[in-house]
Amino acid sequence: MTEAETAILTHLSSSPEATIEDTFPWSEEIKIDHKAIVGAVKSLLVEEYVAASDLSTSFFTLSKEGEGILANGSQEVLVLKALIEAGKLSIKDLQEKVGKDVSKIGVGNCMKNKWAKKDGGDLVPIKTMEEVTDDIQAALKTLSDAGGVTDGIDDKVVTGLKKRKLISQVTRKSYKVTRGAQYAPTRVKKAADLTKEMLDSGDWKTTPFKPYNFMTLGEKVGGGYLHPLLKVRAEFRKILMEMGFHEMPTNKWVESSFWNFDSLFQPQSHPARDAHDTFFIKEPASTVAVPEEYYERVKKMHEVGGDGSIGYRYDFKREEAFKNLLRTHTTAISSQMLYKLANQKGGFTPQRYFSIDRVFRNETMDSTHLCEFHQVEGLVADYNLSLGDLIGTIETFFKKIGITQLRFKPAFNPYTEPSMEIFGYHPDLKKWTEIGNSGMFRPEMLRPMGLPENVRVIAWGLSLERPTMIKYRIKNIRDLFGHKVEMARTRTAPVCRFDSALEDDQ
Amino acid sequence: DITFTQERYNSFIDLQDQLHRNLCRQRTLVAIGTHDLDSVQGPFKYDARKPSDIQFVPLTPDDKGSFAASDLLHFYETDPAAKHLKPYVPIIKDSPLYPVVLDANETVMSLPPIINGSKSKITLETKNVFIECTATDLTKANIVLDTVVAMFSEYCAAPFEVEPVTVEYQDDQGSVVDSYVTPLMYTRREKASVEYCNSMNGIQLTGEEMVTLCNKVQFGPAELCDDGKVLEVTVPPTRSDILHAVDIAEDIGIAYGYNNIVKKIPNTNTVGGEQPLNKLGDLLRDEIGRAGYIEVLTHGLCSIRDNFTALGRAVGPAVSLSNPANVEYQVVRTTLLPGLLKTLQHNKSASFTQGFKLFEISDVVLPDNEWVVTDTIVGSKNARRVCAVYAGPTSGFEIIHGLVDRIMTLCEVAPEAEYIANSAKSKEEEYRVSKEGWTYTIAELDSTDTVAGTYFPGRAAAVLLTSPESGKRIQIGTFGIIHPDVLNNFDIQYPSSCMEFDLEALL
Repeated sequence: MTEAETAILTHLSSSPEATIEDTFPWSEEIKIDHKAIVGAVKSLLVEEYVAASDLSTSFFTLSKEGEGILANGSQEVLVLKALIEAGKLSIKDLQEKVGKDVSKIGVGNCMKNKWAKKDGGDLVPIKTMEEVTDDIQAALKTLSDAGGVTDGIDDKVVTGLKKRKLISQVTRKSYKVTRGAQYAPTRVKKAADLTKEMLDSGDWKTTPFKPYNFMTLGEKVGGGYLHPLLKVRAEFRKILMEMGFHEMPTNKWVESSFWNFDSLFQPQSHPARDAHDTFFIKEPASTVAVPEEYYERVKKMHEVGGDGSIGYRYDFKREEAFKNLLRTHTTAISSQMLYKLANQKGGFTPQRYFSIDRVFRNETMDSTHLCEFHQVEGLVADYNLSLGDLIGTIETFFKKIGITQLRFKPAFNPYTEPSMEIFGYHPDLKKWTEIGNSGMFRPEMLRPMGLPENVRVIAWGLSLERPTMIKYRIKNIRDLFGHKVEMARTRTAPVCRFDSALEDDQ
Repeated sequence: DITFTQERYNSFIDLQDQLHRNLCRQRTLVAIGTHDLDSVQGPFKYDARKPSDIQFVPLTPDDKGSFAASDLLHFYETDPAAKHLKPYVPIIKDSPLYPVVLDANETVMSLPPIINGSKSKITLETKNVFIECTATDLTKANIVLDTVVAMFSEYCAAPFEVEPVTVEYQDDQGSVVDSYVTPLMYTRREKASVEYCNSMNGIQLTGEEMVTLCNKVQFGPAELCDDGKVLEVTVPPTRSDILHAVDIAEDIGIAYGYNNIVKKIPNTNTVGGEQPLNKLGDLLRDEIGRAGYIEVLTHGLCSIRDNFTALGRAVGPAVSLSNPANVEYQVVRTTLLPGLLKTLQHNKSASFTQGFKLFEISDVVLPDNEWVVTDTIVGSKNARRVCAVYAGPTSGFEIIHGLVDRIMTLCEVAPEAEYIANSAKSKEEEYRVSKEGWTYTIAELDSTDTVAGTYFPGRAAAVLLTSPESGKRIQIGTFGIIHPDVLNNFDIQYPSSCMEFDLEALL
């Protein structure tokens, strides 16, 4: 307890009605600094040891100039005195006699009061000392004697003094203090927190505790954070594995045109193989080797067809197939997986595959497109699959990420027939939007691989960025991918959960 | 005997434009020329002549008179009035000979693929139209010709009546070596089994229902054969996309309506699974995130400067692009470090007093002429890396070092006895689980190492892994304090340390 606290509490201990009428005069009485008293009152108030009502007193103090005048007389009187003594004075001489500051203010007021006048370049007094009174000095004295209280002084005079910046108003706050609801003659210190010492000593049983402010956020957790796009990727991987899909090894960014286009039955003259859409490699520019027997079968299919197809009927060029590029879709890997599936020991077995990985497209970049992005792809290879199976599989997947209303529109892909664009009603966007692409791989693609005739492969795909941008409310893809991502966004990104409609059905 | 109205004329020009853009791939595959037959004299010649020998009055808005072909191309390249033709000039510009279409009087009718001649231009008064398609892909040329003919012969006085033309190929001596008649009006009969169409779509239509649908979608006349089991359709010349029975099945599906198909799930059960490398990556991501590092996802393409010189490294082998969008995308990264350093640079104004920690687990690409995937060698391979960076008031060398040790612990690799001998014994050592034959140690990085320039001298270490496969220590990565010059290149104002090593080695 401080000295001030002790003084206050002791004073109030005399009786339940004990009061400190005004802390200021009281503080002078007991000779404790009023500021300390005020501090003590506020502190005791918080814990209801005391109750207090605000008092405020206004009074005036003299400025330095005002003090000067009180002691020596106002500037105009000093100037007049000097003029009378000398008879007349030039401004310069006057300044030398009484000082520049005094001269400046004094001359102005003398002229105003008509105590002096100008005579050529000099000043001449008009009145004598006996004819004038130093009202200013008198007023200041009265005020000073009254302790700064202006009760007995004319308002006009007070205003005049204020104007000349000789006095300034000060408001003093003080208190009227009485006992509070929790009054006690001595103050007991309250603890903020439970400590080891309290537990050891058992003091926690007797220590009073401060009330706690619950209305603030807790301390930040710290630690590290995972990237939002990759959180969505982890969730999608889980969903696809739940559906029985096996991940493909897609760690192969540089691909041969052969696998990226030709094996998919995309003609060599197709616009997507333009430098406008695809990144071609300068070094190493050409594929070194491909499986030659399979290559021949692919070439034949393009040139003349076979197995029920009339082919594209153009000249298939080896240099074109051997151009290296950065893969434009993960379907290049899907193709390789199907080739392996067809040629594995024991022959073809039905399989479900998926992948989520990076692809590269030489497209114009804008707020939702970069030249690198991530593709999600799923495919099922089995006997006699139909569009019905494709629609069913797609529906299952999208239900798991909370999109239940789907519609399918005919589309065109060089390597799928039939092809469908998938439209869904998005619960976050509250509108219908394209959410993916799908189709059945063409027989011209599957037969050269050696897959049996009644094996059909259904596939669908979507980008990873789009659902992530919707879920995490990101407008610009540069805020999601690359080195300009805001760390603050990564720190607050929630765990990735989709409102799976399938779970509701269970 | 055709009649052109303004509308039909516009539509005709439009069709040519569209075909030029799409099927003809911007006139590089096929070029269509249309002429007023009455203004020229057959037989016509398709020849190649020296540019200076070709005198030509081109079809331009104002009559600019006759040009020599070489001057003409220059004109198209430079004159703003002809800027719509500028993109096509490079197709033939540098050839020693230019292709020309001439009539019997040696009048140049057109200069494919650029432009037609003024003499033979089509007007609203034109009554008979001569159409020629020149191409580098003969199949496409026929398809385009068939399309134009099919779509416009409707307006002939006797609808769909056209006069065929015989195309003859002459050798140098002038004798005919090959000839055929065009337009082919290539139609054929294509078959698809009824069961196939139903099975593809997952629908159940009868053969008769399919015939009706076919007639509706321009596949008529269609009929059933083979005891009602096989559908035979007529493929019109405008449907060059019909290559296989599957295309017919699709059209039937579209006619039926995709949204009417009943969905089902494929019957066969399959077991789901993940790639071990991805599994390891995701598990480590969780752990490193827990250790206080923020995950970033950076671009796979970068500039040579960012990938090598800015890191204090000599420019080494990397996969480079022949058509990068700009210099920021010249090469495919061989290290994850520039992405992390650029992220630090971008976050200059963040708080570094508690240390700023970033990490990424992702692929880089390295040139490699022996790496085989699916019996194919492309000349490069992907490598999965772990990379982390610490920046703060002090360099954080021990912190990054600690992360290396932590990753090894998580991957069941034990530290070599000598390496751990000096550190305080802890309970954790008792409980360490590790795979037999897997150990690692740290050694000072050799100053001649390719990445030594990135690090502060005397403060760089190599991570050496011994696996039962190799039986000896292999350097899988490095860590250390980043050299101030490198920090300066990325405008990073705090001392930093980094580590990067190959994750595949820990599989």
